[in-house]
Amino acid sequence: MAASEDTATTRPRTLFEKIWDNHVVHHEPNRQTLLYIDLQLVHEVTSPQAFEQLRIEGRRVRRPELTVATPDHNVPTSDRSLPIADEIARTQIDTLRSNCREFGVRIYDLQDPEQGIVHIIGPELGLTQPGMTIVCGDSHTSTHGAFGALAFGIGTSEVQHVLATQTLRQFKPKTCEICVEGALARGVSAKDLVLYIIGQLTSAGGTGYILEFTGSAVRSLSMEQRMTVCNMAIEAGARGGLIAPDEITYEYLRGREFAPEDFESALERWRQLPTDEGAVYDRVERYCAGDIEPQVTWGTNPGQVLSVLDRVPDPDATEREEDRKAAAAAIEYMALKPGVPLTDIEIDRVFIGSCTNGRIEDLRAAAAVVSGYRVADRVGAMVVPGSGPVKRQAEQEGLDNIFRQSGFDWREPGCSMCLAMNPDKLEPGERCASTSNRNFEGRQGKGGRTHLVSPAMAAAAAIKGHFVDIRDWNYRDGVESASPASATDKT
Amino acid sequence: MRAFTQHTGLVAAMDRSNVDTDQIIPKQFLKRIERTGFGAFLFFDWRFLEDGTPNPEFELNCPDLEGASILLARQNFGCGSSREHAPWALDDYGFRILIAPSFADIFYNNCFQNGLLPIVLDAEVIEDLFTRANTYPGYTLSVQLAENLILDDHGLKQSFEIDPFRKHCLLHGLDDIALTLEHAERIAAYEAARGMPALSESGESN
Ligand code: SF4
Repeated sequence: MAASEDTATTRPRTLFEKIWDNHVVHHEPNRQTLLYIDLQLVHEVTSPQAFEQLRIEGRRVRRPELTVATPDHNVPTSDRSLPIADEIARTQIDTLRSNCREFGVRIYDLQDPEQGIVHIIGPELGLTQPGMTIVCGDSHTSTHGAFGALAFGIGTSEVQHVLATQTLRQFKPKTCEICVEGALARGVSAKDLVLYIIGQLTSAGGTGYILEFTGSAVRSLSMEQRMTVCNMAIEAGARGGLIAPDEITYEYLRGREFAPEDFESALERWRQLPTDEGAVYDRVERYCAGDIEPQVTWGTNPGQVLSVLDRVPDPDATEREEDRKAAAAAIEYMALKPGVPLTDIEIDRVFIGSCTNGRIEDLRAAAAVVSGYRVADRVGAMVVPGSGPVKRQAEQEGLDNIFRQSGFDWREPGCSMCLAMNPDKLEPGERCASTSNRNFEGRQGKGGRTHLVSPAMAAAAAIKGHFVDIRDWNYRDGVESASPASATDKT
Repeated sequence: MRAFTQHTGLVAAMDRSNVDTDQIIPKQFLKRIERTGFGAFLFFDWRFLEDGTPNPEFELNCPDLEGASILLARQNFGCGSSREHAPWALDDYGFRILIAPSFADIFYNNCFQNGLLPIVLDAEVIEDLFTRANTYPGYTLSVQLAENLILDDHGLKQSFEIDPFRKHCLLHGLDDIALTLEHAERIAAYEAARGMPALSESGESN
């Protein structure tokens, strides 16, 4: 911190610059900066080779207390009391366990009440805090940027580097302000907002940037909705996403297990973080929240997205040859026809969950839609809560019953069909409405076809068997969905 | 890390944009806890048919491309997941150099960690390379890292940019962690300035 104090007074800085400056351990011109890392999250898939290499090189974990692990990617979402049937998955989870034991890293294991998707439990436990640098061997680490933390995904070699040194070599990314002013229309969620932005930027448009989301539409989002937005910053190719901390952030954190003991002095520090008046971003993009309609992806990357009221695009109408080819290949893989209304697309499966939309507000929004309805005959639908606490909270509120009565499967927490490393996966040719973050070819199972949507849109598609405009939904029982203000349950 | 100085090899052209890491190495192979052996699964879902036989339609399965070590690709190569298994698989398959108009950030970083050289060139140059690869049978390129140069047997002499420090590390096969630990005192000073307890001798990581 001392290193940056003098620059702090000389010129206005962005939120990103402040966090960056606060973490510079060493900098030489034209070289990567050595940044201090406050928190590393670890999971079973990208860590075994890092620990193994530490062992080979005879190194230790420098700050085990700044490292937290949980298995999530591989874990079965069925009965937890049974042994894991997939032997290789079991080996990987056992390896995480023994590595954590050997190197003194805290682990939230399968039987742990707090276990869940790594990007959901970090915030839930209060580990994720404003102003921090956070890394994880997972691209959706950008989620934690919702708290005003500089958070990004790294590869396994870098996981090892952080374990050994608690630092990371980084080139300074550029900053891009994504300013969204106005109010989202009823039924339009944070997921629609971020899908819309990715559609505008394209899936590579944010490459090399940290996106800071600003504007009245972003400030009015709940903490959970902000996480949905930052989670998908990586899908625009960005290094990470950021949202300035404010009272909503502080209220979310207050009282959580790992929130600072001296909360008041932490508040004082955090209040210094937001971007100064007059600070300059390398690039600015402005959007109007009122333009955003419920979104549905039609292609095989998240930038191939349109309003639910649109039709499957015609590749021949695309200007650039490369984009035309990409669109044509995507439409072929997705087995769609140009010109068909998105609402005519029939689906076979519905997946509600993931680090994008597996939190309690997401489940409430979906439950409100399905309450009083039955899942369409042709559809198999499942809900996978993002963590143990989310699951318990949902059960306390009776959401599990609503889902079950409507014909949904109610599962144990994990990544599940977001990437289909566990037994939850699409069969070849199956079409899925999914609340996750990637519609890549085969992401949810070889030959499977994924359309990304919001939780409410996925729920409605489960009932109707095809996409519908959620703004026209007839809510049968109870309220439409919880207000953002109720987002701060400390489950 | 393995050093990279220069390399001459057969070029495989892959005319697809946004090739994501889920395609480079599908998730069913991420359960392995080793770093090696991923080459057999590279581009698995594109490369093999349902019955496990090679898909004749897939570009890398063309018999003329056997032994290719330079991959020519389109924009945003390596997007998606942070899995380092992707460069591991490319490397294990035999690729040493990747050439594209743009790479996804995390993937690009991961390549350098494994002695794989990703080269970014302007779209027009890439277009020209695709034309050459499609025109000349057995098209090969030579890459001289020290001179930042790409050459072919048909008069091509193309320079490329690479961060000087990364180049230095590649040329000498330098290990990142060892380099960083040269700053161990600075790290300790940073921690002390934040009021973190000092590490005991036995807790030192080096
Ligand atoms: S839920 Fe999906 S995107 Fe999120 S960490 Fe798990 S696999 Fe990755």
